[in-house]
Amino acid sequence: MAGELSMSGFSQSLATEQVTELIDLVKKVHGFDFSDYSKASLKRRLSRIMMVKKLSFYDLKHALLNSPDFFQDFLEEITVNVTEMFRDPSFYKALNTQVVPYLSTYQHIKMWSAGCSSGEEVYSLAILMEQAGLKDKSFIYGTDVNTVVLKEARVGIYSYRNIKSYAENYQMAGMKGTLTDHFTTLYDAATIHSELKANTLFSVHNLISDTVFNEFQLISCRNVFIYFETQLQDKILDLFYKSLCPHGFLCLGSKETIRSETFKKKFKAINLKENIYQKIGS
Amino acid sequence: MGLDKNIIDRWHSCEILLFGGSAGSFKLLFNIVKLLPATLNKAVIIVMHRKRNFVSEVEKLFAQNSRMSLHEIDDKDKIKQGTIYIAPANYHVLFEASGNFALDVSDAVWYSKPSIDITFESAAEAYGDKCMAILLSGANQDGAEGLLKLRNAGSLTIVQHPDDAEMPEMPTQALNLNAADYVLRTSEILELLETD
Repeated sequence: MAGELSMSGFSQSLATEQVTELIDLVKKVHGFDFSDYSKASLKRRLSRIMMVKKLSFYDLKHALLNSPDFFQDFLEEITVNVTEMFRDPSFYKALNTQVVPYLSTYQHIKMWSAGCSSGEEVYSLAILMEQAGLKDKSFIYGTDVNTVVLKEARVGIYSYRNIKSYAENYQMAGMKGTLTDHFTTLYDAATIHSELKANTLFSVHNLISDTVFNEFQLISCRNVFIYFETQLQDKILDLFYKSLCPHGFLCLGSKETIRSETFKKKFKAINLKENIYQKIGS
Repeated sequence: MGLDKNIIDRWHSCEILLFGGSAGSFKLLFNIVKLLPATLNKAVIIVMHRKRNFVSEVEKLFAQNSRMSLHEIDDKDKIKQGTIYIAPANYHVLFEASGNFALDVSDAVWYSKPSIDITFESAAEAYGDKCMAILLSGANQDGAEGLLKLRNAGSLTIVQHPDDAEMPEMPTQALNLNAADYVLRTSEILELLETD
């Protein structure tokens, strides 16, 4: 998988003005606004689409304008859907020791995995809550803009090879047993146990254009902010702030931090290394 | 002794100093980090392949021995002179036109994340002839394409002599692509970086 994409970005390089042109076109025709996306990544993704689909800049514009089906493909390529179970084991460890004891005091624990892709994080959280004995009172929402990955998330079937490669994460996170204990395997298909699926719900939500839809005790949005410019990050921090209950937790990716002075005052850092924050005030 | 004036001039004038290294590059990178002066008026970016989830002692070792300030890159960090930046494991590092870093978690390239190619290509687009890049020992071909991009954008590109590299594959691939302005022995690389 890795090797074959190695030439990505090298075949055609887009000029900054061409990137802007594509952003405008997508906004006008499809209502998706990429203007506050991090330009360096976006440029790379766009070049990659042109290479994978063997399209020139003009072909790409033509397809975006005239072929409705193409846009779904485009969206899938442009949003990065790389995820793992128990990605950053030290994060899950910190969650277990610093956050779960606090969460356990709530009557109901609602969690939101924002930008959940194919669901690996949602099921990792489900396993974490099960082992903490909190499964019955917790509910996990997974949202993404991409309907194709959401379908995969709902099905909960992963390649056994992938699941096995996440086993090391699982061990390092200090979880009990092995990761494969939570799956039923048939040939190369590993299906997540249905009781772990029971308290989950996957739906479409666009962080840029959609609004508050529930109140949560914990929101996890990891490795999504890296694709956004800081002003867009602030807008989404506001959405998260409004979506959290008093003292609710916000988890960002291990290399993502709250940059805005306003939001630094609204969130207290619980773990600066893992970027776990707690809402202050109401 | 053997370094020509052009390379020394380019070393003095560059603003961004890039290193790409894989297997067999650690020791040399460590020595480079140690010798760079605290007053260096450049931003130094090191992209080194390492194992996923490997809780790295590299930053600690580097930081303890560096005279410049040293920092593992966080998303949207502002790029500053006088600082050594280390690419974090499991992320690609890109340069924004605004002068910030941007991280990316998309697929590995040549089985590598961070990928040297991606960072070099992005530096070529953002900074062009303001860069100087040195590609070191490694067992795969990551970095060669990126180095060529840098060279075409007017950067000064240097490759460690394959005979001096523990793993000659990476330097060799770059030479095959004609991506290098200079091929330097390890001692010459150190001499250049020590030139005031």
